[in-house]
Amino acid sequence: MPMNFKHRDIISIKDFSKEEIEYILEYAKHMVPYAKAEKHTTLLNQQILATLFFEPSTRTRLSFESAMHRLGGSVIGFADPSGTSLKKGESLADTIRMADSYSDAIVIRHPQEGAARLAAEFSEVPILNGGDGAGQHPTQCLLDLFTILTEKKKIKGNNVVLLGDLKYGRTVHSLAYALSLFKANLTFVSPETLKMPKEVINECKEFGVEPVSTSNLEKAIKEADVLYATRIQKERFPDAEEYNRVVGSYKVDNALLQQAKQDLIVMHPLPRIVEIHSEVDSTAHAVYFKQAFNGLPVRMALLSLILGGKKI
Amino acid sequence: MKELKVTPIKDGTVIDHITPGHALKVLHVLKVPESTFSVVSILMNVNGKKGKKDIVKIENRELDPKELDKIALIAPKATINIIRDYEVVKKHKVELPKEVIGLTKCSNPTCISNAREPVESRFQVINRDPLRIRCYYCEREPEDIAAGII
Ligand SMILES: Nc1ncnc2c1ncn2[C@@H]1O[C@H](COP(=O)(O)OP(=O)(O)O)[C@@H](O)[C@H]1O
Ligand SMILES: [Mg+2]
Ligand SMILES: [Zn+2]
Repeated sequence: MPMNFKHRDIISIKDFSKEEIEYILEYAKHMVPYAKAEKHTTLLNQQILATLFFEPSTRTRLSFESAMHRLGGSVIGFADPSGTSLKKGESLADTIRMADSYSDAIVIRHPQEGAARLAAEFSEVPILNGGDGAGQHPTQCLLDLFTILTEKKKIKGNNVVLLGDLKYGRTVHSLAYALSLFKANLTFVSPETLKMPKEVINECKEFGVEPVSTSNLEKAIKEADVLYATRIQKERFPDAEEYNRVVGSYKVDNALLQQAKQDLIVMHPLPRIVEIHSEVDSTAHAVYFKQAFNGLPVRMALLSLILGGKKI
Repeated sequence: MKELKVTPIKDGTVIDHITPGHALKVLHVLKVPESTFSVVSILMNVNGKKGKKDIVKIENRELDPKELDKIALIAPKATINIIRDYEVVKKHKVELPKEVIGLTKCSNPTCISNAREPVESRFQVINRDPLRIRCYYCEREPEDIAAGII
């Protein structure tokens, strides 16, 4: 099947077939030396990326901007909506119409679900969703898949444990979907009150994956190939005591990792607060900083595919 | 013998097999009574062959079956019967379109379709029985579709 990404929007991982995702991930591998500045390109010379961040972000914005610069393009935009006309009540639709006429592609992060999909309706140039509220964050999902693929050589068949706030965590829903598409084995570990939503579990089942849900991390860790930890927010708990109890029981530290396979990899979308003890950083298990770097080649691959149309 | 628990009307439209309890919502969607001076009668929780149902009768007015497909969202099993001279002359089963636009609000309060943006609500029908729709914008599925009717 010929792959054509030129001018496509990147809104939700669900808009992409397995073959298309594989193609993007392969292309991202090819981008690694460019991301590390070992090789250079001017593929997107003269092209402008607009980054519209209606909500703060560090990694997503910086890595998109870095990706565009590494490809020889330039960047305009804002990192925070205060001081923009949005504060004066301008609709998102109007803001997009304006940015559309100033750029060749738009990255948007917005606190409301569906914002990127709406943006795509009002934009001629492609929209890349950098996170819409509790909704989708497709480039995070792709870089997570890329990390598993490059660390484990394949995605299929790995025992992946998703840990933490599985109810509200934006990254884990699309990741569970995508991992099921690739037929990984899934275990969901969370406190009772933050369990994976039924709809997500049903989606996994539609791909023939039967996720195991448990609150017992120590048991789940033994067979795991990938441990994907996420942040548990204090606001989700009625009191500090309950929060401390839960966070304490899900802390990833060297004592826990003693029970794990030698080649288990530990991932985290970052920022991590207390979920992973800093003593883990220096072990071979820790790949979360590499994972953050992987955002760069993945976003470079996407930008080249939708803007360049030709390969380097 | 004809199953006729309802008082016969001479001419008009009978909407039958409405999900029990949803007759008023059906009328709301059809903009009745605002758009009509006809006599309208409503029966709720009638015992039919396939369990309870609501029925609506609108006298002297033939509703366009196409327009009536809108009610499929709240009464997916409804049938539209056009009555002429006491007889059913046309029967139409409501059909849900693939996409439902501007009929029901997204139940997610932080969905962009609920913000002050120049778009209508938009849902994809992902299953007919039981009815499941998914918001085009936030990708969530409202649980109580009838509650969101605009
Ligand atoms: N003249 C009429 N006045 C009012 N309601 C009628 C009349 N004729 C039929 N109906 C009603 O219209 C619906 C459809 O009628 P019919 O086609 O006979 O039954 P069914 O669809 O159950 O086979 C039923 O609810 C019936 O009671
Ligand atoms: Mg009948
Ligand atoms: Zn919605």
